[in-house]
Amino acid sequence: MSTLEIKNLQVSVAVEGGFTEILKGVDLTIRSGETHAIMGPNGSGKSTLAYSVAGHPKYTVTGGSVTLDGVDVLAMTVDERARAGLFLAMQYPVEVPGVSVTNFLRTAVTAVRGEAPKVRTWVGEVREAMKALNMDAAFAERNVNEGFSGGEKKRHEILQLELLKPKIAILDETDSGLDVDALRIVSEGVNRVKENSDLGIMLITHYTRILRYIKPDFVHVFAQGRIVEEGGPELADKLEENGYAEYVTA
Amino acid sequence: MSTLTTNYLTPTGREEAWRFTPLHRLGGLLDFDVAVIEGQSLAPTNSLPAGVTFSAIAADGFESEYQPSDAAVIRGREVVSQISLLKVGKEIEVSDPIFLQRQGGENSPSFSRLVISLEPHSRATVVIENQGSVTLGEEIEIRLSAGSNLTFISLQEWERDAIHMAGHHAIIGKDAALTSFEISVGGSLVRLLPTVEYSGPGSSAQLNGLYFATNGQHLENRIHVDHNVPLAKSRVNYKGALAGENARSVWIGDVYIRAAAEGTDTYELNRNLLLSDGARADSVPNLEIETGEIVGAGHASTTGRFDDEQLFYLQSRGVPADIARKLVIRGYFSEILNLIGIPSISERLMDRIDTELEKVGE
Repeated sequence: MSTLEIKNLQVSVAVEGGFTEILKGVDLTIRSGETHAIMGPNGSGKSTLAYSVAGHPKYTVTGGSVTLDGVDVLAMTVDERARAGLFLAMQYPVEVPGVSVTNFLRTAVTAVRGEAPKVRTWVGEVREAMKALNMDAAFAERNVNEGFSGGEKKRHEILQLELLKPKIAILDETDSGLDVDALRIVSEGVNRVKENSDLGIMLITHYTRILRYIKPDFVHVFAQGRIVEEGGPELADKLEENGYAEYVTA
Repeated sequence: MSTLTTNYLTPTGREEAWRFTPLHRLGGLLDFDVAVIEGQSLAPTNSLPAGVTFSAIAADGFESEYQPSDAAVIRGREVVSQISLLKVGKEIEVSDPIFLQRQGGENSPSFSRLVISLEPHSRATVVIENQGSVTLGEEIEIRLSAGSNLTFISLQEWERDAIHMAGHHAIIGKDAALTSFEISVGGSLVRLLPTVEYSGPGSSAQLNGLYFATNGQHLENRIHVDHNVPLAKSRVNYKGALAGENARSVWIGDVYIRAAAEGTDTYELNRNLLLSDGARADSVPNLEIETGEIVGAGHASTTGRFDDEQLFYLQSRGVPADIARKLVIRGYFSEILNLIGIPSISERLMDRIDTELEKVGE
């Protein structure tokens, strides 16, 4: 049982001539087995929340706290956060030229598990996980995200989720750029990991489409750098009908 | 040789060819007040296959097939009396690489000459392994007869105090092909002149290079491709990375398409990756074209900083920063290293690059 606790989180980014505050006091608690949908209009700070928790150097935390099972996440380096059990599935995964998927996965899994996986079981483990995501075996020999289609990038993110087995996963607009088939495959992958490992999920999305496949326990509406409304799955239905207009015109 | 029959001038630094080179770091190779010796420490490391010979021949009476213009090469010709000759016989195809190893250790500035000659329709891979500490002026003349195919790999894995100035000149015959790899991961000052001319149509040159310069190292590559015949092809692809205070690289890519060279197909590319402040990469592609009747001619040069987003991505998967950096740099160089096609060499070079990278922080 794990708990990610975000308290009064304030985050700024450097802009010409100073800083702009993007997150203006975010409170959110995610426990193992819970799925929290973070929904909001573009530019509301959803991705900033995701990247701040993961530790991207572009964002400066100016106040508040983030803890994982009581341990200060903000004091950790980016890789320490991942090894502590946090995972960020990125909206725009980064290309790493010349580094094969297979080498990348093995390096990451070795780092997170603290030891190199046994060669005998590892090959089968990767093959199974790729098969479940409808990924061709040849995929493993390609360079990380290089020349991947939008759908391939997202599958590759969820493949990592399956292999790294984090405590809490942040999925940043994983649905963006996916057609219905790819969305279903990716969602099934997320659900499979959750069933097998009691994963806690922060699901960031602009649209309600993905919520048909990944059922949220809680829905939080994000606008202008903070959570402005919270509820159960029914809140998503309301957003589906009314959009974000009432939250944007403040 | 006793008398100075100098037909060149000691560089002043104002010449185009020398303007990037720190002349005070040449270890006396171009200084006439410094005694220089003939150095012949290059030798095959394994027994040579049938049809391949390695021998010493007298420089007197040997006719070079080109006129050098580089000061170091010209001085070498005055100094060297014995030339090493590696010859691959007609229609001999050698699949295993031929390794020629040069161990450093000469205290005096020395010069050496090697001729690699491939007779018609022969095929070979030659690897020059340069290790140790030297002050060396070197000339390698590569003669490719019709239909021959050479992969030439020159590895500069010198100790950090080595000084190496070299002219590697290839003359590529009709339908012959040269693939070269100039790899510099060691040395204090390494200045290489990989140059190519053609002696028949249908010939091609694929010139690859890799350099990794760290604190205080000066690694220079001056490529010159002379498209002097019709229907020849050239590709140049050099990749470098630099890290640490006063790490310095120079890449000059001169391609000259003469009026007679109709049907030329050429492209050259240089990429540099700056890993830290205080490092400097100069990259100068030059294309001179005297005929419009060509297949293609182009060049590209990029110099960029280390991509922090790649680092973040790897770290966000639990990979510690130092391992992530190595992985990204290995990935960057893998394009060239994989082309070498000799895994033991690629792995050895990658390990050396890792080690050099670790030392930068010290």
